[in-house]
Amino acid sequence: MDSFFNEVISGALGRYNYWVVIFLMMSGFYVVIGSTNLVKKIVGLNIFQTSVFILYISIGKINGGTAPIVWANAERYSNPLPHVLILTAIVVGVATTALGLSLIMRIKHAYNTVEEDEILAISLEEDEDE
Amino acid sequence: MELLVNISLLFMLSLTVIAVVRLKSLFAIVMLFGIYSLLSAMIFIALDAVDVAFTEAAVGAGISTVLMLATLVTTGRWEKKSSRSSFLPLLIVSITGAALVWGTLDMPEYGNPDNPAHHHVADRYIEQSPEEIGIPNMVTSVLASYRGFDTLGEVIVVFTALIGVLSLLQVRTPPSVAETPLRNENRKLSRPYPVLQVVALVMMPFIILFALYVQFHGDFGPGGGFQAGVIFAVAFILYTLTYGLDDALALTPVSVLKALAAGGVLIYGGTGVVSMLLGGNFLDYNVLSSNPVSGQHIGIIVIELGVGITVASVLICAFYAFMTRALPDQGQKG
Repeated sequence: MDSFFNEVISGALGRYNYWVVIFLMMSGFYVVIGSTNLVKKIVGLNIFQTSVFILYISIGKINGGTAPIVWANAERYSNPLPHVLILTAIVVGVATTALGLSLIMRIKHAYNTVEEDEILAISLEEDEDE
Repeated sequence: MELLVNISLLFMLSLTVIAVVRLKSLFAIVMLFGIYSLLSAMIFIALDAVDVAFTEAAVGAGISTVLMLATLVTTGRWEKKSSRSSFLPLLIVSITGAALVWGTLDMPEYGNPDNPAHHHVADRYIEQSPEEIGIPNMVTSVLASYRGFDTLGEVIVVFTALIGVLSLLQVRTPPSVAETPLRNENRKLSRPYPVLQVVALVMMPFIILFALYVQFHGDFGPGGGFQAGVIFAVAFILYTLTYGLDDALALTPVSVLKALAAGGVLIYGGTGVVSMLLGGNFLDYNVLSSNPVSGQHIGIIVIELGVGITVASVLICAFYAFMTRALPDQGQKG
């Protein structure tokens, strides 16, 4: 019985990072689909994105490892490959966020609102007028 | 101990996200997002990803937050109460989340050195790169050399995003001194923060010096072109925030920034072409010098420089475009 519990606890600890990542990811997803404000949606998208970063970096971690920079006392290094992928993804992420935010500014200029339902109502009215 | 740090940081991250979901004040949400980024940077350090933590702290907590705040100036600070029911989104999110949790049960446990993720190409990067590439920071070796082609694509995406931002938002052309003879008097009025301005001016050289250190020390420690470019951009964002957009545009004209953004990509791609002309493959730095390892050194320094120039000028230029939209009247009264 004891060994069963130990197994469950170590299994849960070994997946704790993944579960938190899923929680963050789903919260970001919820903001994206459940909120009507476009700026909040972008924040949700960024939360989603960062949770994926944490997933990748967690997969790259090795117990007892150290940062992948050559060091005489290092026993083993964590996997450098996810670090490379995520490092560049962060910078690409801010560039695409800037693009999204500038789209929102233009939408505000055109519709005078950044609430999704109001924009939809206005564009429906415009369609009927035509 | 490491486990405890990891668990508590992830717990704090979850709390921040719950607050973001529940709040209606967009200003508070954006500030919490800055905290969220900073917390995830700490998690990256705990997970040995020092280069990533560096980037996330500079980008997420710095640049993203500033860009979102500039957006809030035009869009307003409050989210309106939604008439939509939150039942359906909640249902979708719960089902997706449950499916993903079920999926993790098949995943190998976190941190186990025998996990398949660590034994595809990572072994070679860890064992061979110090001899093959000759630089201690394996992340830089992989980023700039083994996966140099991939990184070139990412630099091009950053550059393309700038093209998109500039075609959506125009950067204001600053009034020239000849056209506005009264400008100097107006300047005094538009400078209400003397203390901040002096502090910003004192800090700028140090920020730029640090950016250059990060740029050129990236082979040996955490750092490189991406981080250095962001830190470099921060110096100019600080200047713009304290001195106003007109002064900043006089300091770094948009035409120069556009040329630099394209020039950085050109330096990167050009290095690849040069290595082809010297008889190697595209972005194969071994042929750049008679000694393959010093060829790698040259190649990595040059392409990291290209990355740094592009990232810095793209972020500065995008920030100027945002500020033009956020403060449309500033400086134009004179």
